[in-house]
Amino acid sequence: MEEPLAIRTEKLTRIYKIREGKGRRKKKRELVALDRVNLEVQRGELFGLLGPNGAGKTTLIKILTTLLSPTSGRAWVDGLDVERDMREIRRRINMVSGGETSGYGLLTVQENLWMFAQFYGLDRWTARRRMDELLEMVGLVDRRHTKISDLSTGLRQKMNIVRGFLTDPRIIFLDEPTLGLDVGAARQVRSFIANWLKGRPDRTVLLTTHYMVEADELCDRVAIIDHGQVLACDAPARLKRSLGQEAIYHIRVSLLPSEATHGFRLIEGVRQFTPRFHDGHVHLDFILREDDVLTAVVDRISRSGARILSLEKREPTLEDVFIDMVGRGLTEEHPEE
Amino acid sequence: MRAELELWVRAVIGRAYPRIVGATREKSWLFFDTVLPLLGTAAYVFVYRAIGAPEAYIGFVVVGGAMTAFWMNVLWSMSSQLYWEKESGNLGLYIAAPAPMMAILLGMAVGGLFYTSLRATAVILVGSLLFGVHYALGDFGLLLLTFFLTMAALYGMGMLFASLYLLWGREAWHISNLLQEPVYLLSGFYFPVRHLGFWVAVAASFIPLTLGLDAMRQLLFPVEPTLGFLSVPVEVGALAGLSVLFIVAARYALEYLERLAKREGRLTERRG
Repeated sequence: MEEPLAIRTEKLTRIYKIREGKGRRKKKRELVALDRVNLEVQRGELFGLLGPNGAGKTTLIKILTTLLSPTSGRAWVDGLDVERDMREIRRRINMVSGGETSGYGLLTVQENLWMFAQFYGLDRWTARRRMDELLEMVGLVDRRHTKISDLSTGLRQKMNIVRGFLTDPRIIFLDEPTLGLDVGAARQVRSFIANWLKGRPDRTVLLTTHYMVEADELCDRVAIIDHGQVLACDAPARLKRSLGQEAIYHIRVSLLPSEATHGFRLIEGVRQFTPRFHDGHVHLDFILREDDVLTAVVDRISRSGARILSLEKREPTLEDVFIDMVGRGLTEEHPEE
Repeated sequence: MRAELELWVRAVIGRAYPRIVGATREKSWLFFDTVLPLLGTAAYVFVYRAIGAPEAYIGFVVVGGAMTAFWMNVLWSMSSQLYWEKESGNLGLYIAAPAPMMAILLGMAVGGLFYTSLRATAVILVGSLLFGVHYALGDFGLLLLTFFLTMAALYGMGMLFASLYLLWGREAWHISNLLQEPVYLLSGFYFPVRHLGFWVAVAASFIPLTLGLDAMRQLLFPVEPTLGFLSVPVEVGALAGLSVLFIVAARYALEYLERLAKREGRLTERRG
């Protein structure tokens, strides 16, 4: 018999009712967090959900981990219905979120992990064996007897990662697992996830992130999500190739009057444009229909009185794909938030 | 079936563990949880001695003082436990785990009961030595049963409160404040509850400690049989009924809470 998909959603919709205001002025409004999402994740895939804060990634994970009911539509995890087969799904999955503060400060790393293992019915020997293996993989062995209140953010997140993988889940949900970690710790976590999957072809990872490097580096396929809708779903390389015809430029300028930035979008051939202020300079990212359009862009920068500090043409990234589809960068604030 | 039972037991032990370990890891409780409650108890002892009350009253007060520890634990720790679990980010993980929430909640109760029993035992020992309390225990088995049923009903009530407090959110603090002193009075921590009058005592009997304390005092100090509210067998029967009532109500409240959490999506989220 054919194995079911690891994850499948069918017109999955979630609408939150939000109360705003105070006293008599209190009003209810609806926020569509997921809008008829159709997804299929194959067994053995490392699948990424890429989108800005408030795009609906966490809502989707909450539904798939049986913590939230969909308003309409259906979802299956490991072939089981998230609404009807909650208990069975919970035996097969686990989850880790970025910035998680779970566990008890007075317990050691090992004691916390043992406690969570009990909620999955793991016997002492299995829990111990897996704990040894996973702590070694994330480089936390020498901290196993440290109280978690004494751990740094990075070490604590590594412990959370071990907690999630300790039950050897068939499907694991990682919600922004490297959020708030420094570059080194984030790299170690990414490396751990990739290594864990090696030799476990039947395991599936669903990872949400708004770090494009993470999605690009780790994921077999990526779904770009914004305003609760899946805008594209493909392998990172194929998504980037979809921008193959366009020219992507990054220009760093000394100073730029804000009114000048509005004019860039009016130049014929500028498909997308995002400005960013960083390190005392203005960084301009352009997706141009063709290289020739650059002349008009440079001309406008010069006329605005700004000085070009550097200009580079680069290969498309997933963020460029996102900008091309949505019209804003991944790190820019979501208007709903 | 066996696997389900094993998961239940593991979940109870797993969640009880932090509380049990807490008692051995932070030993400052020995001072704060023994000496400070004894001060309040001592005040009543001196009052009863000053007015020449029967010597059994001294024992009543020491036992009552020890039992206040359980009420405080249920009110301030057990009841708000799920709320704190939500705030610390554990609640979502508990709900998403295959272990039943009822088992995890029971683990919290067992851990709290263990920790508080140490405190209550310390108060009884020190109080009895200090004030020269004489016990006249006849039926140890019945005393143990009464204590067990009192705890089952009390912590069952705590488990029910845990769900309700989570629904009410931060406002739950006010409810704890509101309940603390009236229950001290109604449960008869420092005096025989029959002095409240029959109907008030009947109403107060819905608080498990009222009947539990009364029955335990009758068993420990049989020299003053007229001080008991109802007979011990009646009180034990009522406690058994209350245990079932609160534990079943806690189970349904938890189920309702989980349904509500899934529907509204807010109960597992921390407030910023």
